[in-house]
Amino acid sequence: MELTGAEIVIRCLQEERVEYVFGYPGGAVLFIYDALFQQEKVKHILVRHEQAAVHAADGYARSSDKVGVALVTSGPGITNAVTGIATAYMDSIPMVIISGQVPTYAIGEDAFQEVDAVGITRPCVKHNFLVKDAKDIAATIKKAFYLAKSGRPGPVLVDIPKDISNHKTEFVYPGSVNIRSYNPVGRGDSAQIRRAAQMLLEAKRPMVYAGGGVVLGGAAAQLTELVRTLGFPCTNTLMGLGGYPATDKQFVGMPGMHGTYEACMAMQYCDVLIAIGARFDDRVIGNVEHFAQVPRKIIHIDIDPSSIAKRVKVDVPVVGDLKLVLEQLLEELRNSRQKPNPSDLAAWWKQVDEWRAKGGGLRYKNSTEIIKPQYVIEKLYEITGGDAFVTSDVGQHQMWAAQYYKFNKPRRWINSGGLGTMGFGLPAAMGVQLINPGATVACVTGEGSIQMNIQELSTCKQFHLPIKVLSLNNRYLGMVRQWQEFFHGNRYSESYMDALPDFVKLAEAYGHIGIRIDKPSDVEPALKEAFARKNDLVFMDFQTDPTENVFPMVPGGKGLSEVILAEEL
Amino acid sequence: MRHIISLLMENEAGALSRVAGLFSARGYNIESLAVAPTEDPTLSRMTIVTSGSDAVIEQINKQLNKLIDVAAVMDLSEGEHLERELMLVKVRAQGAAREELKRKMAVANGRFIDESENTCTIELTDTCAKLDGFLQAIGRELILETVRTGASGIGRGERILKL
Repeated sequence: MELTGAEIVIRCLQEERVEYVFGYPGGAVLFIYDALFQQEKVKHILVRHEQAAVHAADGYARSSDKVGVALVTSGPGITNAVTGIATAYMDSIPMVIISGQVPTYAIGEDAFQEVDAVGITRPCVKHNFLVKDAKDIAATIKKAFYLAKSGRPGPVLVDIPKDISNHKTEFVYPGSVNIRSYNPVGRGDSAQIRRAAQMLLEAKRPMVYAGGGVVLGGAAAQLTELVRTLGFPCTNTLMGLGGYPATDKQFVGMPGMHGTYEACMAMQYCDVLIAIGARFDDRVIGNVEHFAQVPRKIIHIDIDPSSIAKRVKVDVPVVGDLKLVLEQLLEELRNSRQKPNPSDLAAWWKQVDEWRAKGGGLRYKNSTEIIKPQYVIEKLYEITGGDAFVTSDVGQHQMWAAQYYKFNKPRRWINSGGLGTMGFGLPAAMGVQLINPGATVACVTGEGSIQMNIQELSTCKQFHLPIKVLSLNNRYLGMVRQWQEFFHGNRYSESYMDALPDFVKLAEAYGHIGIRIDKPSDVEPALKEAFARKNDLVFMDFQTDPTENVFPMVPGGKGLSEVILAEEL
Repeated sequence: MRHIISLLMENEAGALSRVAGLFSARGYNIESLAVAPTEDPTLSRMTIVTSGSDAVIEQINKQLNKLIDVAAVMDLSEGEHLERELMLVKVRAQGAAREELKRKMAVANGRFIDESENTCTIELTDTCAKLDGFLQAIGRELILETVRTGASGIGRGERILKL
């Protein structure tokens, strides 16, 4: 039977078992929306801004193991989506974005709502396609899903001109995909794995440094087994939180700019560092020359060869699927019948524990007068039993959530780590809530970030998404203010948020419940009340201390051992 | 250090801009880039001349390999290879000057492909360095136009880049 291009698009989504599409209609996608209307399998979530559609698809993907799908129109539809696409690209999130395009005969004529979508998104997608024939739609969408999910995941854009979506052709969904120029890796090289195992067994001061690849690669169980088998300290990056249980005694916290003292020092002074699905980025190791001054052997396991030896020299590179490589490594360790030297390891742990004692783990001075943001996160952790999905926006609140909410499971911590996109948290939470109905979803945000996509409160109302929004309202763009305090002579240039709305009334205007919390003693009751309301979105406006700063801190351009602790200022 | 990199990629719209975009986005040098379809019309062969430290060249190779449309990458400079560039030079020369030019051209294995009363156009194929040398030998003041294709490269003997 012949179908229109638009019908084929929807049939493809059905074939891929897509439950939700996040989108916004417009001229170039009218045929696709018409086809969507005439079926029930694929549900559409109408957002209020295309950026939110992509972030929602992103949250959906991060919290499940599925490919998120967004649908936008041409021109401003796709340009609005670009921030979301770049966010997903930086964090390697599997996603398919379908965009409408002006009709083929109008392309290049500066037609109404025309933009070169493939050109504009090229640097921030894993791959993209412009479909020029209805016959190619099915195979292209099949490829898009395959590319998005396999290898190092990422967003893939399929741009479909309006006339193509109305052409009729035979629909055949390909059973398999073969792209001769694309061969994602599987198992790691066994000789390299043997070398890695030997190096780990001979290490005197070993350290495990695991990143977002562990979460995305479904390798958290293997990582946990490896760390426990070896008895080594383990750190998880901002993207890797939950990859290893945060309440475990071998976990030393997050490394990097706002990591724990012990994680930073152990990264700096270990003699063997095994990096697993992490990429030594500037926010993790700080100054790369400073990091390289201390001699250490580095084993680097990653699915993407270009992540290896990009910023630091690597002694044992292993390219492969993390889950498979870690299984190979565990087998190699078992077969070797060797254990790391216990006295060396004990001495190393003594050193790590000394650092832990000096840094005091994470600490802040609580107050009975004014709400400390860290206290809110601690209470959130307690009240949700450490088992919520937590999304965040970007800034101080993001760091406090990462530090004080102890993630024991992967895919529970949803944040924009790479691009650092304000406005990510609320729409991401929508995607999380939809794919995890009944789960507790908290969006930790600030009064700055939340206003970047606050219109999504309307989407939450329409689709009954009982997200709990915790806005740590300090009346400042806190991270900007912190840097201005430390490095720009207390000149708070444009970081004060004046003329803030009444967030309680705003939440109520959208049909939700709003609570303003002014006193520390009201924090716990408010959280309890909010989380008891299983079916309502509750917006909590916590009036927090505007002078609070995020510690520890490795200042920009400094080395990991130059970390500043709270009491040093 | 100068490197000459060959790659095979899908002969599809946009493939060239993916490669060019990669170089500009990541701040890599690109001295020349030559591309055309191969005997298999679905594949294009590209030769890129670039320069950078060993670490940068390693990243360039990896990043090129990462592009979905790129099927194979070979750093020709890592082994024995040949490179050739085609150059067309239009020169203003009459009488004795033209005779002198003919002599230099013969030494360089070039040939006239067009001659008018006041101008002549020379075709020359050689390594980039030899072409540079020829331009210096004839002197800038005579040259009206220079058109160069950028280097094309191929491995020697059994060094073959094929799918």
